[in-house]
Amino acid sequence: MHIEGENGGPRMAEEQPPEDLGTRGPYQHWRIERDDAGIAWLYIDQAGSGTNVLSSEVLRELDAVLDELTARPPAGLILLSNKASGFIAGADVREIASITDTKAALALVQLGHATFDRIEALSFPTVAAIKGFCLGGGMELALALRYRVAVDDPGTRLGLPEVLLGIHPGFGGTMRSIRLIGAPAAMDFMLSGRTVDARAAERLGLVDRAVPERHFRAAALAHATRPPARRRPALVARVAAMKPLRPLLCAYLRREVQKRAPAAHYPAPYALIDLFERYGGDERRMLAEEAQSIARLATGSTARNLVRVFFLQERLKSLGRGETSAKPRVHVIGAGVMGGDIAAWCALRGLQVTLQDRAPKYIAPALRRASDLYSKRIRDRRQRQAALDRLVPDPQGLGVPKADVVIEAIIENIEAKQDLYRAVEPRLKPEALLATNTSSIPLETLAECLKRPERLVGLHFFNPVAKMQLVEIISTPSTDGAVQSQAAGFARRIDRLPLPVRSAPGFLVNRILLPYLMEAITMLSEGLPATLIDQAATDFGMPMGPIELADTVGLDVCLSVGGILGRHFGSPVPARLEELVKQGHLGRKSGQGFYKYRKGKVERPAVPKGHGANDDITDRLILRMLNESVACLREGVVEDADLVDAGMIFGAGFAPFRGGPMHYLKERGRDRVAERLSDLAARFGSAYRPDAGFASLE
Amino acid sequence: MTHPKSKLGGRPVFVVDGARTPFLKARGRPGPFTASDLAVNAARPLLARQPFQATDLDEVILGCIMPGPDEANIARVVALRLGCGNATPAWTVQRNCGSGMQALDCAVRDIALGQADLVLAGGTEAMSHAPVLFGTAMVAWLGQWTGAKGFASRMQALSKFRPAMLTPVIGLLRGLTDPIVGLSMGQTAEVLAHRFGITREAMDAYAVDSHRRLAAAQNEGRLAEVEVIYDWQGKVYDKDQGVRPDSSVEQLAKLSPVFDRPYGKVTAGNSAQVTDGAACLIVASEEAVQAHGLKVMGRIVDSEWAGLDPSQMGLGPGHAVAPLLQRHGLDIHQIAYWEINEAFAAQVLACLAAMADEGYCRTELGLSDAVGEIPRERLNVDGGGVSLGHPVGTSGARIVLHLLHVLKAHDGQLGVAALCIGGGQGGAMLLERA
Repeated sequence: MHIEGENGGPRMAEEQPPEDLGTRGPYQHWRIERDDAGIAWLYIDQAGSGTNVLSSEVLRELDAVLDELTARPPAGLILLSNKASGFIAGADVREIASITDTKAALALVQLGHATFDRIEALSFPTVAAIKGFCLGGGMELALALRYRVAVDDPGTRLGLPEVLLGIHPGFGGTMRSIRLIGAPAAMDFMLSGRTVDARAAERLGLVDRAVPERHFRAAALAHATRPPARRRPALVARVAAMKPLRPLLCAYLRREVQKRAPAAHYPAPYALIDLFERYGGDERRMLAEEAQSIARLATGSTARNLVRVFFLQERLKSLGRGETSAKPRVHVIGAGVMGGDIAAWCALRGLQVTLQDRAPKYIAPALRRASDLYSKRIRDRRQRQAALDRLVPDPQGLGVPKADVVIEAIIENIEAKQDLYRAVEPRLKPEALLATNTSSIPLETLAECLKRPERLVGLHFFNPVAKMQLVEIISTPSTDGAVQSQAAGFARRIDRLPLPVRSAPGFLVNRILLPYLMEAITMLSEGLPATLIDQAATDFGMPMGPIELADTVGLDVCLSVGGILGRHFGSPVPARLEELVKQGHLGRKSGQGFYKYRKGKVERPAVPKGHGANDDITDRLILRMLNESVACLREGVVEDADLVDAGMIFGAGFAPFRGGPMHYLKERGRDRVAERLSDLAARFGSAYRPDAGFASLE
Repeated sequence: MTHPKSKLGGRPVFVVDGARTPFLKARGRPGPFTASDLAVNAARPLLARQPFQATDLDEVILGCIMPGPDEANIARVVALRLGCGNATPAWTVQRNCGSGMQALDCAVRDIALGQADLVLAGGTEAMSHAPVLFGTAMVAWLGQWTGAKGFASRMQALSKFRPAMLTPVIGLLRGLTDPIVGLSMGQTAEVLAHRFGITREAMDAYAVDSHRRLAAAQNEGRLAEVEVIYDWQGKVYDKDQGVRPDSSVEQLAKLSPVFDRPYGKVTAGNSAQVTDGAACLIVASEEAVQAHGLKVMGRIVDSEWAGLDPSQMGLGPGHAVAPLLQRHGLDIHQIAYWEINEAFAAQVLACLAAMADEGYCRTELGLSDAVGEIPRERLNVDGGGVSLGHPVGTSGARIVLHLLHVLKAHDGQLGVAALCIGGGQGGAMLLERA
């Protein structure tokens, strides 16, 4: 059969639907087509899945495919995907998550190793033809082939992101990536877990050729029929991996990793560096030890919790499967930090956005921030131009009648917001979504002034918008269910994670975060050093200590939100906070808060002698969050404990390797946590009294 | 009301709305906006306030003399950047200073003929971005150098290099010099000043008046067509930068002539400024007006283009206006308001003098009588090129747009917008307020 048709290649997925078992041949997940030139085109097309993942079943069948190929060797082999979604998204995360003992993990890993070793040993030229996602195990499979060609399009991403799941490449990817592109580049690639497009992969040496889709098959075929010399790393890179220099390189890498991920919480990057340092000189040995190392990591708590976080993320994504028009037009009112950045983010994600404020001078700074963001995020200057063109300053509010989504982000003032809604509502398209980014005013109050209160929904973004993935979707009992799911769909459309939250003071994330901030300030007033308090939090795994976080958010904001929530929950705002705000010390933005800031960098005083870390500090911070989490759950602010965890991880950066506050609570033991809270309550006040919800926790 | 004598024939053509950027003074280096940036900034708010979508436009036509190297067929670049969609064709026209008006005229013709119903037309120019080029000798040498293979031929090529080849060609200066008669545009104004006896004092007084009128228009909010624009450094541009409300004849008298040194009269102070800016209008057929429920500013009734001696190009408006009025049987006093683009104070004054001069009108325009005198209080009532600047491809669209605003503000019925065109042409449009 000759398959090099005029429109061959990527259209295959449409021409031959995966469900058409008639064309599958002897395999469930693979299909071999041999063309007239003797080239075997091996398609991976996992049955019953929209995406290819390397499950043990798929791997076992690949072994059988290899039997056939060895028995009747083709002139060359081209491996490609038959799925529109991409090449191979990685190993089967679900399968990994289900393995609890090291032996079983090792067995799975060794199956991969054996199969990939067979592929590497094939006598004929082998080419991975990559379009779409090529991640983790998929990338490792591609590395086991002799050549790689990849499509240069926005959808093609290559990476070894295993460290993000608390493991490292485990199907030979550590050794093979180092062998291909040299240790400095490969280690950096694996340690960062970043994904790259085809062109960047070509520059790195990960792929031999990045080509436009129209040359995809021709390029693959050329590598199979006229195999060029294989890529090798530059001499410098090879020398750096050799014995005398290797420890130096590894010491450097460890230092770099330490800045981002402490060894106590994130063992995987260090295990990867150890692996390379010890066995980097011996390919076979490195492969064997890689398998051992990953089997250990995969069953450890960090990996298990990070995999959990991965599934939480998938769950939030699935909550955003609501209907939204493909390219909703967005109108943002209020060009302050939040409104301006939300508008910029929407335009970055391809939407047409109008940005309104009282006068041009209030909009201009938001445009500068957008331009800065785009210079960092968009390489291609034409794409950058297009994003800038999509963000339209609109002081007159001309965009309102054309918008599908109107987001209000003006000052936190009930009258101002209601006046605005009264003016805007009659101009809205009948089906338009009216959303508010308020963080402290109940939606019920805001909705009072509307003719159609059921259309109001909260889209609560977090600062900085471009970094924080979470968007709380706030609804009141009167919010239309369709509106809520549309809002969640919109959040997905701009690549954020929607979390449905019931309208309640502070919603979820701020409400849980605030006691933690207030408690930290209280401790400060008790005489504990700020540095020590922050360190207790970061040692626990929080991305930033509460004192510095308060400074970063702005003490005026903390005071205002703290006041509003405090009134509601009957918890006083620490006097220290009020004093500072009165003195004009607003935190990072004013150069002084609890800390001093020089050029935006915090100046942290050393911890005075006589103070040392102790569990009380950590527990006073963390357990107040846990107690508040339980309260939220009891009140039904979100649907279940997993959503509390997801909210806190993606909205507040709660230590991901701990799996979220509720998961941590469960791991530590409900009764032990409640006991400890009672203990703290006796010593530090009633705020620690275990919430009534503890009793009903499973 | 119909004008059976209109050359156009066909369907009536309406101007629905229009907008322009503030005119930004060129300051000796590339300004913050390219020509396409300017047009996008003018048209974005214009389209935003329309009840129709950008994709509903049938075509986009822009006048532009000096698009940037990345702006080939700049109208298409602008159309796509505006989100008009792949299916909306766009084209760029070049008739020197008349380009913006030519773009409108093309839109008018397409609509009159029934080939289009809704057109975005106008002009854009970033004169501060005018290219600086290598001379022909340098380009030829570069060709030899790249073609040279091997050491010997490279050395040979190298030996032919002369530092003088590096002398740049300033695109803007070349563009403003007539390629046939070799006079700069300023020199053609000197020619007219000499011919019609326009004194330095008259020119300077005209210039001062132009600034005063623009300043008054700004203060009294009569420039409704100006849209605020933003650069990406967070800067806002909300008004025309060229205006000098405090300029006086005494001050202007101190300036030296720039084109005919040392005896000339045309100075930087009584010439149009080198400026960046864009103006866009929405031109529509009656069907489009009804289909989208559009409000109409006025009608473009007719247009006229004329040619004359390139060294006296500044008289072009008279040559275009005379047949236009004649065709419609209109007396000069039936025109309520006039916009004649101010390339040079001397040129406008010469134009007025020529139209009022029976001898000129007989010999040069073949009329039996003088066209007549245009009252100064009905001409360029809110300033012009001398105070605003004259972004070459834009001005023709600007004066049409502004004239419609003037007719409305002063309750005038008919207006004529005219301009002189480098190379020896004139263009004029007859407008009728809705």
